[in-house]
Amino acid sequence: MTIVRDARLREVQAWGDFFRFGIDAPAVGREARPGQFVMVKVAGATEPLLRRPLGIHDAAEGGIELFFRVAGKGTEILSRKRPGDRIDLVGPLGRGFSISAAGAGRTAYLVGGGRGIAPLYFLARELSKAGTKPVVFYGGRSLAEIPLRDRFEKAGLEVRCSTDDGSFGFAGFVTDLAGQALDAERPALLYACGPDPMMKALAAITAKRGVPAEFSLESVMGCGIGACWGCVHRIRNDRGDGWVKICEEGPVFPGERIVWP
Amino acid sequence: MAMTPGGIDLSADLGFLKLRNPVLTASGTFGYGLEFGPYLGLEKLGGIVVKGLYYGPREGNPPPRLVETASGLINAIGLQGVGVEAFAAKVLPKLRDADTAVIVNICGADDDEYAAVVGFLDGQDGIAAYELNISCPNVKKEGACPALSPRSTFDLVKRIKAASRRPVITKLSPNVTSIVEIAQAAEEAGTDAVALVNTFLAMAVDLETRRPKLGNVYGGLSGPAIKPIALRMVHQVASRLRVPVIGMGGIMTGTDALEFLVAGAAAVEVGTATFVDPDAAVRIVDGIGRWCESHGVAAVRDVVGTLEIS
Repeated sequence: MTIVRDARLREVQAWGDFFRFGIDAPAVGREARPGQFVMVKVAGATEPLLRRPLGIHDAAEGGIELFFRVAGKGTEILSRKRPGDRIDLVGPLGRGFSISAAGAGRTAYLVGGGRGIAPLYFLARELSKAGTKPVVFYGGRSLAEIPLRDRFEKAGLEVRCSTDDGSFGFAGFVTDLAGQALDAERPALLYACGPDPMMKALAAITAKRGVPAEFSLESVMGCGIGACWGCVHRIRNDRGDGWVKICEEGPVFPGERIVWP
Repeated sequence: MAMTPGGIDLSADLGFLKLRNPVLTASGTFGYGLEFGPYLGLEKLGGIVVKGLYYGPREGNPPPRLVETASGLINAIGLQGVGVEAFAAKVLPKLRDADTAVIVNICGADDDEYAAVVGFLDGQDGIAAYELNISCPNVKKEGACPALSPRSTFDLVKRIKAASRRPVITKLSPNVTSIVEIAQAAEEAGTDAVALVNTFLAMAVDLETRRPKLGNVYGGLSGPAIKPIALRMVHQVASRLRVPVIGMGGIMTGTDALEFLVAGAAAVEVGTATFVDPDAAVRIVDGIGRWCESHGVAAVRDVVGTLEIS
């Protein structure tokens, strides 16, 4: 984890209010693991005051990629950056997905909803490298909300799409699509990132079938490095359960440890 | 060293404690200190004030615990923490190796618990002073805390001063009619210094759901939004007290810190800025040094309390 004050924004790709940034940041790219995040400064002024936590979409020797959706003032300001602009970021932070837990020669399910797809591209690539076959389930409300489907396909990754309105792929929730697949096949592990209701439903589906699962939780964060205790979620531990910092012990937790509201 | 490469003397003097420079980290914004190892050298700071400690572990408030507001941040963490025994076993031994002044912020549900925390920590080495947290707005209903009345402030400070073998800094709440009266009560009770201000009791509303944005309904506002009010309070208190004042509230830069020193603070604490930049406190130390160099100030101590009012 390091502070990079002037990472160069190399590449911007936009689909409506979804954005993919390619950023030159070798120190972060070398260290990053799937499921980790960076804290990005959006303004040089005092408003918005805080950095924004964004999941790492991909990483390589030269830097990282981010994928985000404009959700408020901070991401809106960030979305106006152009290639050549500088970005101030801290990372990589947090504990990501466990790659080895799936096992070589096995299949893993990766379920992403909306902007929650962000870390699953990096995860799918790393799983492939480790000999695990990733199957990606990618859902959104409509075709416009699943802009990364081509990217997965171009990388040779199997991606099954769903839209709530039936405009593309399976008509319905991505949880139903993944649930049907789980009826036919038992993957070694299911990884998920998306809205809480989506992950809560998947937690119930996987627990019922005895499939191990890992979920990436999201929260507003003050610092991202464990100092402010602002981003807690109810997590089970040896002594019962308590408020645990998402930024430090997470953002990825095993399904059986998460207490859903 | 307390000297910058340009030969400026950055040292600060609280009387009971000499500091390498006047910049401390504010409690609740710097964890227990060790979290910051990857981002800054603790030896570059005047000192650190670690997160408030109750005797036992404490669960804290339900989320959401943070909401960003105009140039500010409202928090309602509720002093979640590990308690003194875990702190002494796991954190303090490592902080002893760091070459910086360690100030421990102490809390209590009642006066007896404050005394018990001090009693335990008095048996531990490696602590320079206690910061008596009588002003957290997030642990009792509607921000209630001892710092809201001169009487309860006097009684608690008196008791802790009598019990403690170490200097006591009393951290004051701005959520009072007259912070000077409270500061004077702490001084009469024998406090070695006062620190101000803690956060301003505040709230944020989600208009669409018509619900509070914080799980605890109310929280404490910090950040640049509160700086002008904090500065005024520091000036008022420093003008009337004999004991040193540690100033804080929205300090983001070296020049912000210097404004508090000019208003009468002998040292400052940096809080919310650390969330934005993990190395903010060190950048602020550097900023103070640069300002002194460019303004021909040989020792930063010399600017303390130099506000001119014609």
